[in-house]
Amino acid sequence: MIELLLSIWNLVPEALQTLLIIILKIVVIAVPIMLTVAYITLAERKVIGYIQVRIGPNRVGPRGLLQPIADGLKLVMKEILIPTNANRFLFVIAPLLALAPALACWAVIPFADGWVLADIDAGLLYVLALSSMGVYGLIIAGWASNSKYAFLGSIRSAAQMVSYEIAMGFALVGVLMAAGSMNLSTIVESQSGSFLHWFWLPLFPLFLVYFIAGLAETNRAPFDVAEGESEIVAGFHVEYSGMAFALFFLAEYANMILISILTAIMFMGGWLSPFQGIPLLEDLFSFVPGIVWILLKTSFLLLLFLWFRATFPRYRYDQVMRLGWKVFIPITIAWILVVGVGVMAEIGPWFD
Amino acid sequence: MSIEPILFYIFSTILVLASAAVVTVRNPVYAALCLVLAFFTCAAVWLLLEAEFLALVLILVYVGAVMVLFLFVIMMLDINLVRAKEGFIKYLPAGGFVAFLILIEMAVVLGPENFGIEVTGEPLKHAADYSNTKELGVALYTHYAYPFEIAGALLLLAIVAAISLTMRRRPDSKYQDPAEQVAVKREDRVRLVKMPSENKQ
Amino acid sequence: MSKVQYYLKSFLLWELLLGLKLTGKYFFKTKITVQYPEEKTPQSNRFRGLHALRRYPNGEERCIACKLCEAVCPALAITIDAEPREDGSRRTTRYDIDLFKCIYCGFCEEACPVDAIVETRVFEYTFETRDESVMTKEKLLAHGDMHEKQIAADRAQDAKFR
Repeated sequence: MIELLLSIWNLVPEALQTLLIIILKIVVIAVPIMLTVAYITLAERKVIGYIQVRIGPNRVGPRGLLQPIADGLKLVMKEILIPTNANRFLFVIAPLLALAPALACWAVIPFADGWVLADIDAGLLYVLALSSMGVYGLIIAGWASNSKYAFLGSIRSAAQMVSYEIAMGFALVGVLMAAGSMNLSTIVESQSGSFLHWFWLPLFPLFLVYFIAGLAETNRAPFDVAEGESEIVAGFHVEYSGMAFALFFLAEYANMILISILTAIMFMGGWLSPFQGIPLLEDLFSFVPGIVWILLKTSFLLLLFLWFRATFPRYRYDQVMRLGWKVFIPITIAWILVVGVGVMAEIGPWFD
Repeated sequence: MSIEPILFYIFSTILVLASAAVVTVRNPVYAALCLVLAFFTCAAVWLLLEAEFLALVLILVYVGAVMVLFLFVIMMLDINLVRAKEGFIKYLPAGGFVAFLILIEMAVVLGPENFGIEVTGEPLKHAADYSNTKELGVALYTHYAYPFEIAGALLLLAIVAAISLTMRRRPDSKYQDPAEQVAVKREDRVRLVKMPSENKQ
Repeated sequence: MSKVQYYLKSFLLWELLLGLKLTGKYFFKTKITVQYPEEKTPQSNRFRGLHALRRYPNGEERCIACKLCEAVCPALAITIDAEPREDGSRRTTRYDIDLFKCIYCGFCEEACPVDAIVETRVFEYTFETRDESVMTKEKLLAHGDMHEKQIAADRAQDAKFR
């Protein structure tokens, strides 16, 4: 049986073979992301419920484990309404524009040593460029809906995303200065050592700025003024229903996971074990594969996303802008100077 | 046959069509979106030229920031298409003349005698570990350091000018500072005074 | 607070960390969710739910059609028609409560001189058509008969406060 399959495989032309392998890799990355997105919605409801002294969804399946599937089915069955006078083409294409960059970014994410779809040199820049594309889905959705609430929401989210991208970009500049590379795998490798060698310590302000700007980029609480239920109903996706709405949801959560895994890669040592170089603990935990560490770190950061949402009230809009422009950008610029000095002076153990 | 020429022709076709659409499409929002598409395909063509840094920066800066602000403004403006098309015939000769001049200039500067493959030579194929970014950085900070600094200073000047032109302080407007309100302590506001009790008259 | 301390606190996000600590503590608290259809919260004996008309122990209906409840009803949900019965006693021929109008304030119960109209502990009821929302005299009496034991016990418990 296996020989038969292999002989069929060998008949396929070589170019097609690589194409098929790449497509297979994409599926292997994208399907778990989609499942994770589905289950993060459940985790979010559970975590927020627990913090509010409730127990959250527990009816569908054992302990509510089938809830995301029920939600997904409901959204698939629902009708997609297109408002009158809406721009049909743009209205339909906007959710795709929101989702595509969120998924495309995953191409350069290293999950473990060598586990990466495209190990390109400008990986960091690629991530930054593609995540800046995500804003188009929001703007176009808001404009094409022909609804004032949607438009207000899209304006807010666009302004917010554009301003926080700058702070985020500067934070990344600090990381690439410290690592001396824009390749994400190299960035992780340059952090090897114990957890004190990771970049969160020398780049602590940038770490905070990056994560908080990530919250703002994904329009999550406390920066969810773009949704602002109490003022503008639901922001850019008021007019969306059914699967089109679900796509926006997928994009938001996929972006959340992306920001978390990027933070884990750039500031928390990616797939590296925290006990590397510590005599006894290193041997004790050496059986744990790298992917487990990176997933643990990502899950912790995702938990922070949910925790923040349950804790902090929404920022006022002008304060969101003030924080982005007047606090984060100066902090990042100042710390880039510090990092520059550190790199020049080769201050160990990070910059040598 | 390698796949690169096919990709190149696909991307260039999209690029040419999108650029044409930018100036022909009626709806200004569509025009702006076509410009975004043009930038994007242009970045793809640059990627084929192994200029990955420039391609990604093009997307980051133009698509991610500049065009977003453009779209913003265009969506806010309620452009009256009939009014905008008034006087099309009247201005056609002048506009046509300017367009013709620009065409000639571009033909002179960008003509095949300056940019042909005989002049510049065929672009070198580099190994996978070749870093375009590094080359660019080395060129910018050594050979072109002086022009680069001048450009930077000019941009800074433009930023400062734009801010100083648009920023207005309104001394008459009153607002609260929550941080100050929160930072207030009891001692700042309440003063306990010891007074001798007064005798009954 | 000194300026240095203030800036240090605000840059280390101290207040935010305090907030996170609080919510983090609540994450592990015992949950107070009541699993509704299986578990129910305790009800007061004064609970004001679906209405009922009561009878005397001998089976005679209590209501004497004095229309006090109709007069006191703030939502104008009660409609009463009355006529003398064959035996000469004054009785209602029609006693309708429109449950869409009713606000369950309990004034009718307070106004009633003979404890005829009462509000019971029943709150889980549904309608499938709009006209089902009107509780007629028959339905009210039947409802009263069904829950008489509970109703009487609740009134007895509350008697000394009236």
